[in-house]
Amino acid sequence: MLEISKLHKSYPIGDSSLHVLKGIDLSVKSGEMVAIMGSSGSGKSTLLNIIGMLDEADEGDYILDNVPIKNLTEKKAAIYRNKFLGFIFQSFNLINYKNAVENVALPLYYQGLKRSERIEKAMFHLGKVGLADWAKHLPNELSGGQKQRVAIARALAANPKLLLADEPTGALDTKTSHEIMEFLQQLNDEGKTILIVTHEEDIADMCKRIVRLKDGVIMEDKFVTQVRASQYV
Amino acid sequence: MKFLFERDTWQEVFDSLSKNKLRSALTMVGVWWGILLLIGLLGAARGLENSFNRLFGDFATNSVFVWSQATSKPFKGFQEGRMVSLTLTDTEKLKDNVEGIEFVVPRNQNSSLVVRNFLSGNFSINGDYPLLDKVQKKKLVHGRFLNQNDIDNNKKVAVISEDIYKQLFQKDAEMIGELIKINGINFTVIGMFANGNANMGPTSDIHIPFTTFQQIYNQGENIGWMMLTGKPDADIRQIEEDAKLLLRNLHDIHPEDKRAFGSFNLGNEFKKITGFLTGMQFLTWFVGIATLIAGVFAIGNILLITVKERTKEIGVRRALGATPFEIKRQIVVEAVFITIIAGLLGIISGGWILIAIDAAFGQGAEAVMVNASVSIAVVFIALIILVVLGTLIGLIPAFIATKIKPIEALREE
Repeated sequence: MLEISKLHKSYPIGDSSLHVLKGIDLSVKSGEMVAIMGSSGSGKSTLLNIIGMLDEADEGDYILDNVPIKNLTEKKAAIYRNKFLGFIFQSFNLINYKNAVENVALPLYYQGLKRSERIEKAMFHLGKVGLADWAKHLPNELSGGQKQRVAIARALAANPKLLLADEPTGALDTKTSHEIMEFLQQLNDEGKTILIVTHEEDIADMCKRIVRLKDGVIMEDKFVTQVRASQYV
Repeated sequence: MKFLFERDTWQEVFDSLSKNKLRSALTMVGVWWGILLLIGLLGAARGLENSFNRLFGDFATNSVFVWSQATSKPFKGFQEGRMVSLTLTDTEKLKDNVEGIEFVVPRNQNSSLVVRNFLSGNFSINGDYPLLDKVQKKKLVHGRFLNQNDIDNNKKVAVISEDIYKQLFQKDAEMIGELIKINGINFTVIGMFANGNANMGPTSDIHIPFTTFQQIYNQGENIGWMMLTGKPDADIRQIEEDAKLLLRNLHDIHPEDKRAFGSFNLGNEFKKITGFLTGMQFLTWFVGIATLIAGVFAIGNILLITVKERTKEIGVRRALGATPFEIKRQIVVEAVFITIIAGLLGIISGGWILIAIDAAFGQGAEAVMVNASVSIAVVFIALIILVVLGTLIGLIPAFIATKIKPIEALREE
């Protein structure tokens, strides 16, 4: 599903440069649920951005679903992002002047689907996250948990191979966090591959595998017994 | 270009514009104001021009009037102070010898008592050829103007002005075929013309055939004054000089005698005014276009702010799979759409302004501005220029928007 080898990334800071990722090797199989952990500055967000094709590595290989991701033009990257990836952000990043169903339909718009088809699919995914009744509401009329569920629906709308979540519960209280995690676990049960960047241990424990980053290298990579979020809800 | 006809494109444009009403409105004000000003100025300039044209309208503007006076220099044995008189032969010679002349219209004028039944008045009587109608258009309300037949047969017919009709006739009385007494001789009324803007040239109340005038006032070959009209491209000042020189020659007057023949060069006066109008029009265009450009910059400026404001949204859209081209297209379509709408609103309100100008200054005979208007072609060219500039200026923020890496856009809080 995902093959990363000898990945390097550095950012220029003034005259010198900051070496953020120092040779990352990571292999994720289809159907896995991986938590990427690390303190701030460990390079976890950078890694996620590279995986999400939002940023490019300086060195090393990245193969996603047998497609080498290298030297992409912006256009190609956009198409791959749309086709392969679903993003879930800490701050939800919903477009505030579009209502829930329009937000969910947005990736489908960029896929070139017809309006009626888009709305139908978007409604289906909104239903899946349990927000069908809230379809016509603007983001500022939704609670944090609801917003994140809309964001998840949006990430799912284009039927991506890989879900990338950057601190998906960072802006939520514990109870809502668990609800979101429960939902992500359900998705994983259905076979979705999910990558979650987090710094919360209890969230990481709800994944099936934990990768710990420190100072740009992988310190630890272990499979764990998944803690089901449903027991907290 | 297919995307232009897709509902989704416009849905997106409509969404982003209507959900950001204030900045959309502000952007539109710039363009709206530019077009409004351009139309208002152009219309006002056109109105002034029209009012000048109306002032001169009855006359062929490329004309000069020549009359005779007393000489100021002795010549060929004649004393100074001799009265000279223009004659009909002069007109023929002028027409044949002066280059660029189109018409020479000899005219005679006298003042006489005119009587009809119990009503009477003193009016100026003009002896005229049908040619007069060519250089000083008469707006005939009833009947006809003089014709060659009237001249040939020394007919006693008269064409009268509306004013005279009002003074000599009962209200709504039939005037064609009626008799009026001029200088004790009966004339048949054959036509009535509307009062022109009589501010220009001598008043002309009653026109009778030139030959009849000669007879009843015993004028012989002498004429009071003449109108020379140049061909459209002829230099009327040169014609004036040439004509007067020839006349001095014909009448044995010192070639340098400035006083023997008086003249009024209408063409010259007209040119001064048209020169002023041209200057004003240039100024109008200059101000209008400068305002339009300012309006376009307003669009660019606000779009730029918009792009900054929407950096995050653009980042999200790109994370969701929007290509840079789609983002650019979106911004440019927004820019063009807003420009067109604002432009059209500007055209409409500009039209209202012109209507208001017309209502305030455009009514009546003394109107300062007549038919203040702009041609549709000019308006649409302005709009097209605006759209093109709007597109170009929209490209700047569009490029800036896509230059930002999606990751940086998303980080922006």
